[in-house]
Amino acid sequence: MADLHFLANPARFRRFSQRVLPGLVFATVLSFAVGLYLALMHSPPDYQQGETVRIMFVHVPSAWLSMAGYALLAALGASLLVWRHPLAALMARATAPVGACFALVCLLTGSLWGRPMWGTYWVWDARLTSMLLLFFLYLGHIALSRAYDDPDRGDRAAAILALVGIINLPIIKFSVDWWNTLHQPASIMRLDAPAIHPAILMPLLWMAGSFLLLFITLVLVRTETEIDRRRLEMADQLS
Amino acid sequence: MTGFLALLSRDLRLAWRRPGDVAVVLAFFVVATVLFPLGIGPQANILARIAAGVLWCTALFASMLSLDRLFAADYEDGSLDLLLLAPWPLELAALAKCAAHWIVTGLPLAVLAPLLGVTFGLPPEALLALAATLLVGTPTLSLIGGLAASLTLGARRGGALLALLALPLCVPTLIFGAAAIETLMTGEDLLAHIAILAALALVALATTPWAMAAALRQAGE
Repeated sequence: MADLHFLANPARFRRFSQRVLPGLVFATVLSFAVGLYLALMHSPPDYQQGETVRIMFVHVPSAWLSMAGYALLAALGASLLVWRHPLAALMARATAPVGACFALVCLLTGSLWGRPMWGTYWVWDARLTSMLLLFFLYLGHIALSRAYDDPDRGDRAAAILALVGIINLPIIKFSVDWWNTLHQPASIMRLDAPAIHPAILMPLLWMAGSFLLLFITLVLVRTETEIDRRRLEMADQLS
Repeated sequence: MTGFLALLSRDLRLAWRRPGDVAVVLAFFVVATVLFPLGIGPQANILARIAAGVLWCTALFASMLSLDRLFAADYEDGSLDLLLLAPWPLELAALAKCAAHWIVTGLPLAVLAPLLGVTFGLPPEALLALAATLLVGTPTLSLIGGLAASLTLGARRGGALLALLALPLCVPTLIFGAAAIETLMTGEDLLAHIAILAALALVALATTPWAMAAALRQAGE
């Protein structure tokens, strides 16, 4: 973390990200080209799920990244509150909608997968419900950070919310798991019942890597935009 | 501690002199609950089945509804600045405000809910369990709601935002509170559920005052 402190200055960060971004965009596109080929063409259809298993190559990475995104949000919140890094606030602003989109993609692809597999678009499965609640936590963060006329106040309120949310997430997850096992028997087919075959696992990990690159790229671009936006607002106020 | 008690008694006195504020919240609770049988239909078996969940949800909404004024009045008339300058911890002040909110709304809700439970056809032991779970669970709602209220202090569209922030965080309490009443039908241990509700309340008690104080300090800046 200490090595990253030099990036806390927005101007320095901007120079850094502008140097990194072209390569990152290139790597993302390349990685997706390979990953999508592996996932959609090369990998075999599942013996039970058939071709629908390919939805998982989008679904699982977006689930992972939406969870990692909230952890990043909490870390940024902590560094804003503890060190008052101005960049942390801007990056949190940039991260939250990206994380929310990944959560939404996860929910939508999950329900598209659920229709042929479970015969319904939505079940009150514990995992679905906790992902939905994570999506709501993201929405709360986005709404709170933009609810103030003074952007600094919104940033810091949202930072506190992210920290409270990260403490609460395990509790919510636990209670939802418990709630589901009480209310319904485990009658639905689970994805994780059999161990995943390497022919499926390899494209999945590749796609997860591609999504991670996409996530980083989007966050960097959006952070740059936030820096520019804040500069323009300051210029407006001064003139 | 004297500061805590002084603030608590001040807030209780304020609530006592304007009983209308409390009455509106309780009236909302009753009306919102009564809408469910009207919307779903009067079949006794369905109503008894959903009673616990409905009463818990409406209690949750009622306690959210009363929260947006929790710190707002002090914020507007400047009392909050005095609290910030006071020589005792702001965490205690936030806790005192939440305690007052709980005494004024959580406690009456817990008393009122069994009466409404009767109209849903809940058996007597379930009514008792309902009151007990609300008694143990509503402090958590007041604390989490107080946190949301302090975060949204001075924000645009504060009320709806408050609910958006607080409701996902209240999910564990809702789940265990409503499920506790079902234990009477399934024969599980009711005390275990109440113990978990108490644990959730203690976690909220240990964590939210710090976050509330941090939020209030920013509001005061």
